[in-house]
Amino acid sequence: MPGNFRGQTPVRMKAKIIITPKKAVLDPQGKTVQTALEHLGYTGVTGVHVGKYIEIDLAPGTDRAAAQTALNDAAHKFLSNPIIEDYRLEITD
Amino acid sequence: MNFSVLQFPASNCDQDAVHAVRLLGHNARLLWHKENSLGDADAVIVPGGFSYGDYLRCGAIARFSPVMQAVKQFADHGGLVLGICNGFQVLTEAGLLPGALIRNRDLQFHCENIFLKTATPDSPFTNKIPAGKILRVPIAHGEGCYFADEETLAKLKAGNQILWQYCDASGNLTDTANPNGALQNIAGICNERRNVAGLMPHPERACELALGSDDGKWIFESLFAALENRTGGAGGVVHGEPDVKVSRRNTSPLRM
Repeated sequence: MPGNFRGQTPVRMKAKIIITPKKAVLDPQGKTVQTALEHLGYTGVTGVHVGKYIEIDLAPGTDRAAAQTALNDAAHKFLSNPIIEDYRLEITD
Repeated sequence: MNFSVLQFPASNCDQDAVHAVRLLGHNARLLWHKENSLGDADAVIVPGGFSYGDYLRCGAIARFSPVMQAVKQFADHGGLVLGICNGFQVLTEAGLLPGALIRNRDLQFHCENIFLKTATPDSPFTNKIPAGKILRVPIAHGEGCYFADEETLAKLKAGNQILWQYCDASGNLTDTANPNGALQNIAGICNERRNVAGLMPHPERACELALGSDDGKWIFESLFAALENRTGGAGGVVHGEPDVKVSRRNTSPLRM
């Protein structure tokens, strides 16, 4: 309800981590999806890579630089496997 | 010899591993993932299954469990560790073995008997396998395609760390005999120090003829022989931690 507005909403910080298979690694899922797209008539697709998307909610007021460092560490050590995957980290508010 | 078989939520080959070790005349007990000591273990088996639901990546979460910290210490001290199937995935995620296991190239879960060629008898996991013997053992996995970058692969070869490769019934390393697309038909490897090994096939499910094959026993017999050599020879078995704690048994709340 519009009447429930109680002043400023706190800034919602989010970290978005996109994990994709490394180019050198076999990606049978991507290949299969690509073939399916072709079968469905979607032309012009030259490659499909299936990865993962992780969204992390951060406490309001979190220091952006500190979060960046900590989440890079987490993404490298745990959320992705650097042997087979690349990741991209983005912090938004 | 005393074997500790780890038990994570959703391990499902833990009982099979215990059964195989006992059948072959040695002691085995289950060790819950929250334990932080291996007690009096002479060797550790990280069993197959779907630890922590295979969430994120196979083995990615199990790697951080308390018991795995004890396993790392145990391995650092030279203790023998064998990872089977999901156990292999856990050991690669933990950095105890190089490379990674990715989705089978045909995206299918493979549950079938395969043939294995032993690449070298020079390891605690292969020393008793008769020369030229092709092992017939089952596989059951969806993510068993071994991958490593070229440099790692070259190191594995140079160091004689490839232990088992998928082959046909006559021992040829063909592409059709490769069930999952693993590089170089790799089914199992060991670390540089040769005290930690992992393989995707299930030797514990092939230790008695009633199950169709008893070829898997050679891998366990190799382990027993290696352990006996150690205790008979240079100063006994090294333990990861000095403080021996009593471990819970059969306490898994989850079973698949």
